[in-house]
Amino acid sequence: MNEFLVAGGVMGGIGVALAAMLAYADRKLYVYEDPRIDEVEGMLPKANCGACGCAGCRAFAEKAVKGEIAPGKCTVSTPDGVQAIAALLQIDAGTEERRVARLACAGGPHVARHRAQYVGLQTCRAAALVNGGGKGCSWGCLGLGDCERVCDFKAITMDRHSLPVVMPSMCTACGDCVDICPKQLFSLHLVSHRLWVACKNLADGQQSELDCEVACTACGRCAADAPAGLIQIVNNLAVVDYARNALATPTPIQRCPTGAIVWMEKDKPPMRGLDAKRITRQSPLPVAEADLPLQRANSSTQGVHS
Amino acid sequence: MNLFGTKRLWRGVHVPENKEQTAHLPIRRLPFPPLLVVPLLQHAGKPAKAIVREGQEVVRGEPIAEADGFMSVPMHAPATGRVERIAPAPSARGELTMAIYIKPYPSASQEVLYGSDQDITQMSPAEVIAAVQATGVVGLGGAAFPTHVKLKPPQGRHIDTVVVNGCECEPYLTTDHRVMVEYPKQVLHGTRVVMRALGVERAVIGVEDNKPDAIAALRKANADRPDITIEAVAAKYPQGAEKMLVKVLLGREIPTGGLPADVGLAVFNVATLAQIGELLPHRHGLIERVVTVTGPAVSKPGNYLIPLGTPLRWVLEQAGCTDQAASIILGGPMMGPAVGSFDIPLTKGVTGVLVMPAKKAETIYPCIHCAACVDVCPLHLDPSHLGLLARKDRYEEMEEIYHLNDCFECACCSYVCPAHIPLVQYFRVAKQMNRERKARA
Repeated sequence: MNEFLVAGGVMGGIGVALAAMLAYADRKLYVYEDPRIDEVEGMLPKANCGACGCAGCRAFAEKAVKGEIAPGKCTVSTPDGVQAIAALLQIDAGTEERRVARLACAGGPHVARHRAQYVGLQTCRAAALVNGGGKGCSWGCLGLGDCERVCDFKAITMDRHSLPVVMPSMCTACGDCVDICPKQLFSLHLVSHRLWVACKNLADGQQSELDCEVACTACGRCAADAPAGLIQIVNNLAVVDYARNALATPTPIQRCPTGAIVWMEKDKPPMRGLDAKRITRQSPLPVAEADLPLQRANSSTQGVHS
Repeated sequence: MNLFGTKRLWRGVHVPENKEQTAHLPIRRLPFPPLLVVPLLQHAGKPAKAIVREGQEVVRGEPIAEADGFMSVPMHAPATGRVERIAPAPSARGELTMAIYIKPYPSASQEVLYGSDQDITQMSPAEVIAAVQATGVVGLGGAAFPTHVKLKPPQGRHIDTVVVNGCECEPYLTTDHRVMVEYPKQVLHGTRVVMRALGVERAVIGVEDNKPDAIAALRKANADRPDITIEAVAAKYPQGAEKMLVKVLLGREIPTGGLPADVGLAVFNVATLAQIGELLPHRHGLIERVVTVTGPAVSKPGNYLIPLGTPLRWVLEQAGCTDQAASIILGGPMMGPAVGSFDIPLTKGVTGVLVMPAKKAETIYPCIHCAACVDVCPLHLDPSHLGLLARKDRYEEMEEIYHLNDCFECACCSYVCPAHIPLVQYFRVAKQMNRERKARA
């Protein structure tokens, strides 16, 4: 009986001693953390997308409690959620104008020519490393859907012409598509930026029109019709100066012959101009080289003999 | 010869060589195309700067672009003619690069009138390096790395031996083979030029034993002079890779992320040295190179001496290739990039034009961990695991833990994979993603 008492006493003694040590350490090493951080984190969407510029939702919550960032900077939260966080912290919710990802290409295979058939790993990243993917326009969308796969919010879907379509209501402007696109076709824009050039082709007008029916041919009509300085032709491409976005109207798009410059409507497909060439073809163009003046010169059978 | 016969590579693969179509054909010239497109960036480094105007007349061999700094080489006019324009042109990498368009004169004699003789025995190493840069010669084995840069080893490195790479292990290609058979004197002279520039007393030429005529030609031309030895190595892919050749010939291992200079070596391709041996004594510039045009879809395969800037379309027409749907590869079938346009000009780094029948997409099966790729990887990497990581987009891990950057994309792993997993393509994507991530950070 005695052995039991000794064993129990020793074990109990060790337990009490360790418990005392733990209790002491807990006091001594205690780090005060604002309990509101956990609460705010619980109210955030936990997407860890990084659209706010913080390294995840926890970092955002810490900053919000310290007052370094407005709750409204979280573009994934619903407006109610933002208000709830603001009410909890008793600070101003702040307003962050929504940004969305925009694609600077409209050349699906029904309007843009492929010079060569790409065979291999079916991702844009892989295709772009094989002679640029074989598309006639070396700036254009390859249509293999890397952006659709990388989007955490299912905001990007590939349409029937293998072009990504961004749903503005679901896009949180996290920037994943911007990083994955091998042709750098995505950029994040304020929703108020409604004048949009859906093209990145820097070739001269003749060549770009041969490569793609909806390319910017740098004809300069939009620049002429826009208020001074709003649109400029830089390197054979129309470029909108968004610092003067307040002047933007749908007028400059109307005379665009190819419909490369568009007016972004809310929750509707982009509006093309009245003079834009109508696209009726639905099936892909055949894979072939465009008949360019340079090629005609090269393929003449008259050689120069040395 | 060593104790176990010919020096050999233990890993790698035996691929069907397919060299017999062109190995016996002497090098011959192609007619000049109606329009030459000379890109300003044909090498690794900074693009050259054009020094001609549109409309200017140029003489064959005249400098038309100057080197922009040390990591750059000049360009020379590949034909007598007129500069049509200076405009972007398609390149093998897919993006447009600036190029000089030259229309050759049909009635010109196309003689190289530029240049004057110089005697390298009277020149200091620094002068030799400057003279090599002035020839515009870059690594003609495919990498197109400026040769004069290799002649100036990094600070604190001492070079004791020059290694000359005459392996040409890629199937189908026979350019280096023909150069060794037809221009052995130039190869040896070029070797002595780089030995002089580096202050080195010893050089080893490594040639695969499937080219006995090349070995015989070089040995005959060398006439037992002791400074250069010609060694046969067993034919196996990728014996021609720099790291492999150095290991097999001299038993030295280039460290991870290192250069041959780290183990006291400088490695050059035979065709590069043949061009230096040919051009340097006359202060000429590099205006043409030997390209093997071959493949099942070519009716007149051969080793052609092609002016730089000749469009692919012209070469294929002259070699009798009519198949529009063919798959065209610049270089060898293992490592060469496929091209998607006939307007790409042939540049200094193009070793061959290979025309294969159109390729069908292969079904990719899951990895069964058979380790066939692990057995063949010449660098002792684990391609199987790297491939699995790539599928999960874990690119950082591939680089930091599994040594992705040691991979030189020889494609042995993809070649042996029974599941048709395009491992090398995964690795190229991973390397590109890592580069972009570092650039963003």
